Formats: sequence, C-alpha cells, structure tokens
Amino acid sequence: MGAEFVALSLPPLLIGTLAAMACALPGNFLLLRRQSLIGDAISHVVLPGIVVAFLLTGAVAALPMMIGAAGAALLAVLMIEAIRRLGRIEPGAAMGVVFTTLFAGGVLLLERSDTSGVHLDVEHALYGNLESLIWLDASGWASLGDPAALAGLPPELPRMALTLLAVLAFTLVLWRPLKLSTFDEGFARALGLPTTLIGLGIVVMAALAAVAAFDAVGSIIVIAMFICPPAAARLMTNRLGRQVIWSLGFALLSAVLGYTLAGYGPLWLGYTASVSAAGMIATVSGVILGLAALFGPHRVA
Amino acid sequence: MLLDALTLQLGYNAALVALGASALGFAAGTVGAFLYLRKRSLVSDAISHATLPGLALAFIVMVALGADGRFLPGLLIGSALSAWAGLWITGWLGRATRLTEDAAIGAVLSVFFGFGIVLLTVIQSISAGRQAGLEGFLLGSTAGMLRSDALLIAAGGALVLLATVLLRRPLLMTAFDEAYARVQGVDTYRLDLALMTLVMAVTVVGLKIVGLILIVALLIIPPVAARFWSENAPRVVLLSGVFGGLSGYAGAALSATAPDLPTGPIIVLLAFALFAVSLLFAPLRGVLAASLRHRRLQHKVHLRQGLLAIAHDQPIYEAVTRRMLRRAGLLRADGMPTESGRAEAARAAFDEARWHALRRSGTLSELAARDDGLTRIEAVLTPDQIATLDARLSGREAT
Repeated sequence: MGAEFVALSLPPLLIGTLAAMACALPGNFLLLRRQSLIGDAISHVVLPGIVVAFLLTGAVAALPMMIGAAGAALLAVLMIEAIRRLGRIEPGAAMGVVFTTLFAGGVLLLERSDTSGVHLDVEHALYGNLESLIWLDASGWASLGDPAALAGLPPELPRMALTLLAVLAFTLVLWRPLKLSTFDEGFARALGLPTTLIGLGIVVMAALAAVAAFDAVGSIIVIAMFICPPAAARLMTNRLGRQVIWSLGFALLSAVLGYTLAGYGPLWLGYTASVSAAGMIATVSGVILGLAALFGPHRVA
Repeated sequence: MLLDALTLQLGYNAALVALGASALGFAAGTVGAFLYLRKRSLVSDAISHATLPGLALAFIVMVALGADGRFLPGLLIGSALSAWAGLWITGWLGRATRLTEDAAIGAVLSVFFGFGIVLLTVIQSISAGRQAGLEGFLLGSTAGMLRSDALLIAAGGALVLLATVLLRRPLLMTAFDEAYARVQGVDTYRLDLALMTLVMAVTVVGLKIVGLILIVALLIIPPVAARFWSENAPRVVLLSGVFGGLSGYAGAALSATAPDLPTGPIIVLLAFALFAVSLLFAPLRGVLAASLRHRRLQHKVHLRQGLLAIAHDQPIYEAVTRRMLRRAGLLRADGMPTESGRAEAARAAFDEARWHALRRSGTLSELAARDDGLTRIEAVLTPDQIATLDARLSGREAT
C-alpha cells in the first residue's frame, strides 16, 4: 500500500496541491482588483500558444511550450488593450472577443495538424492529466531519500514547486506596495508607487502560475483556483494577510480532498474506475465557496 | 467545393445544418446585442459552461431509464436546467455576499465545468467501450448530425428570435436607461431574467453546432462588431444578427467541405474576421475613419492658427503649419503670405473679432459657448445678428 501510494498518488497529489496554491495566491489580488476573469482568459489563450510551439519544434517539450503559452498570453493582453482603446469597447466584451477567437484558432490548428503521434489534444488542455504524473522509480517511502529514484520524479513537480516559490517571493517582497495599490490605487500613486507596473506585475505573476499549472493539471483547475479559494477566503476575514492564508488553506484542502475523492471515492462506492481529479478538485473548491457563502463570518461586510 | 457548400449543393443534411447554423447565429447575434448594451456579455460565459453537468446527468438518467442517451431533446432539457442553476447561483452569490459579479461568473463557470468533467468520466466508466460522444458538445460537431437534430436547432433559433422581437421595446429601454424603463412600468428584474433565459436558450440550442466553450463567441463578437457601424440601437441589433447569421451560415458550409474543419472554431473565426473588418474600416467608429477625421481636424487647426499669425504679423514657428499653408497656396516659399493668404488671414482675424464681440454682447453671449476656434461665425448666427454685432464692433472702434 505504501509503495503504491508513493509511486502512484503522492506525485500527482503534490503537483495538484502546489498548482492550486500557486494559482490561489495571485488570485487574491485579481479578486480584489475585479480582474478575476483574467485567469479565465489566460487559460483559454494558452492553447494556441502551446499548439504553435509544438508545430514549430515538432516535439512536446516543456520549455518551448511554456514560452509559446507565455507568448500567447502576452498577445492576448495586447489584443485586449488594443481593441479596448481603438474601438472604445468595454473591457469585458473586449476580453470575450479575444479569448474566444484565440481559443478557436488553437482548436483549429490542433485539428488541422498531425498530432496523432503525441499526447496533445483539446481534452488534455482542458482537464490536464494529473493522474498520469506518476513516479515509476519509487518503491516506497524510502525512495524519498534515494537520489537515484528522486531523479525519476515527474519534472512537473519541481517546476510547480519553483513556480509557487516565485509567486510567494513576489508577494512577500512586494507585500506593502501590492496591498496599497490594490485597495487604494489613487493613494498609492500619490505616494509615488508605480501602480501601472504593479498591476502589470500581478497579471504577469498570474500568467506565470497559469502557464506552469496548465501544463501539469489543465485549465479547469487554473480557473477554479484563481477564483474559488480567494473568493471563499474573502468571506472569512476582512484582513488581506489572513485572506491570503485562508485562500492557501482552501486551495490545499480542495486539492487534497478533490484528489482523494476522485481516486478513492468511486472505490468506496463499489466502482472500480476513478473519475477526473482535475474536475473533482474544482468541484470541491466550489463546495467550499458555497459553504463560505452560507456561513462565512464576513459574507456581507 | 466551397461554392457548392455555400450554395447548399452538398446534400440535404449539410444544407439543413447550414440553415440551422444561420438561424442560430442570427438569434445569438440579436440576443447578444442586448446583452452587450446591458454590459453583461460575460454572464453568457457562466451560463454556457454551466450546461455541462446537466448534459451529462441527462445522459446518465436516460441510459438508466433504458433509453438512448444521445436523444438530443433530452440532453438539451438537462443542459437548460443546469444552466438555470448556474445562472441562479451567479445571481445569488452577488446578492447574498459581497463578491463582485465577475468573481461569481468565474466561480460558477469553473466549478460547474469541473463537475461536468467529473460526470463525463463517470459516463466513460459506466459505458466502457461504447462511445457516448458527449465530448462533441464541448467544441461542437455537425458530423453525423441527425436530420431531426438540425430541424430542432433551426426551430429553436427561430423561437428565440421571435421572443426577442416581441420583447425588443422594453429590452431597448432598459438597456439605455434602467430608471426610466422602471418609471414606464417595465419590471426590469423580470426583464433581465427574460434576457438571461434567451441567452440560455441560444446556448442550449447552439451546444450541438458550436459547442459550449465557444458559443459565447457568437453572443459577444457580432454585437461588438455591429457597434462600429451605427449609433442607432435597433440598427446595431439587426446588424449584429446579420453578422451572427452570416458567420453561422458560412462557417457551417465551410466546415462541411473537409473532415478536419470543426464547425465551432470556423464559425468563431469568421465572426472575428467580420469584427476585424469593422474595427478597421467601419465609416462611423472604425479606426481608419477616426484617424482620417483626426487628420482633417488637425489640418483645420493648423490653417486657422497660421492665418491668425499672418494677420497679426507674427512669425509662424511650426514647420507643419507653414507646409500646410504653402500647400493651400496661402504662403510663398520664402515665408511671405500670398495675395489670397493675406485676404484669408484678414477674414480669419475679422471672424475672431466678431466672436470676441459676441462674447461681450449681453443678449447673445450664450451662443459664444459654441466657439471652438474653428467654426465660422456665419454658421452660428443669422445675418441680421451679425449685422448687429458689426455695428457694435465699428461703434467701439469709433469711440
């Protein structure tokens, strides 16, 4: 049981948790700045980015795909701004135009090109493949101390850990400016803070988390984690610091509970197959948000 | 091949699909236009993603009852019910908590979609080996569509359109001035609900052709494109419907010409092409027209300022102004004004003096607010008013 757990369940569980927390952290600021749907937009436009990267390099490699995804996210932000300014169109509609178009372009490219030999399809992009991120070299808990076995860890694990660290470092180092410019942009500007740059930094951090998590766990978790844990946390407290901690806790809980329910829930009910872990993690985060909306101490103020 | 497709020569079923898609596109365009005028375009994103759990549950229930799980009307009823639930939760989160609407939209769309994916994997495991084909609803697929399905979609689109036409007056009124509409006796809360029901109907009808991820594009892109062409709301709504219908028709026809051209993405990309053309070339609010207008204004300002400088014997420092004056034949190459230049300059200075007098005149001074430094006073005052002004001008010079 122990060996099987370490090899098959521990890596995806860890990756899912790290991804959930890396997305929830910038999600707090997006929520307060009323930019929650940026996560939605980014996760849609990542698809054409990785498809183009695949077509250019001909291989499913992590680095080119992440560059492609980041490029697509940047293109989307530029397009949204251009359409908003040139056409004097409200931001929500401009966003809707851009992300649906880029996603449609990505799907079309994917269908037109020959990707039958590699694991790249729309379903994969939507709900990832968390369950497949297994650690074949592990033989039990002892493998955690064995360098040879550790080298065989799925590369998504260290990548997600690094992403979470980067997002965490960004938040901690810039805590005060982030807080000021989120709550009172005018005051922050009067203090001489570069508020435009800070706003851009938050979006870039969100995009980084989204792109890294997208590769590992698919876009459903990304969108759900950007919004649900921070939204639930917002209903628990009035202080930003506590809200961030609550949101990380909710993200952790969603990932662990969701993964466990998806993997073992059907077994408890007497079925043999498991269900989508990504979908279940999103579902659990929604249940948590629902509970917070019903019973949270700061539902209204 | 393409011409055959566009002229409905690819067989009865392909023709039906193309007609169904254009009815759907027209309905989506008109409903979407009201949604856009109400500034709630992205609510449709929550509604469309919220259809997935209902779709999957309907399949499971129908299979459990021993029926064919792919029976389209059943699937559509299921998806409509869960879209309702998603819409209700979006509204409830906004009312019962301090979360903003965009957060509520994002939460509903991701959670419902995630739960729908869970149910899809459940279906995969209970109908192991047998393809449920529900994935086709994510991105839309018209391959192997039944004749009755195509008819259902066309009829659904037509019904939505009819309801929109019936509700157009209160919808327009509410879109522009909610308070005024309420005074006029419109129940704006229930009207919004009706609008959302129409959005939901479009989404559900469009699931099969465009798919639930991209159906929002048909609700958002055509109205944004149509907005460039007119300031008149009924015209924007109609044009938006036409754009949507065109994209649906051409997209369905195009995708019938080759096996790996998925219908949904093609329709969306065609709609975006219409949008791009509108953004650049629409005569009213397009980028090209706006920059031309800007250039013309710039030209007028430079000429006027240059002429005033000539009239006051001041040097013109701006090279751009000198170049424009020279090109208009008002300035010689050596920088001295030509004969017509002097005449024009005197006229401009006189016009300026008249405006000045207008500002000081007690009775007409309110008209001076229309002085933008470019308009000739003849455009604002009647000849006898100007005569009065001129009398005052010469009178003051005399004293």
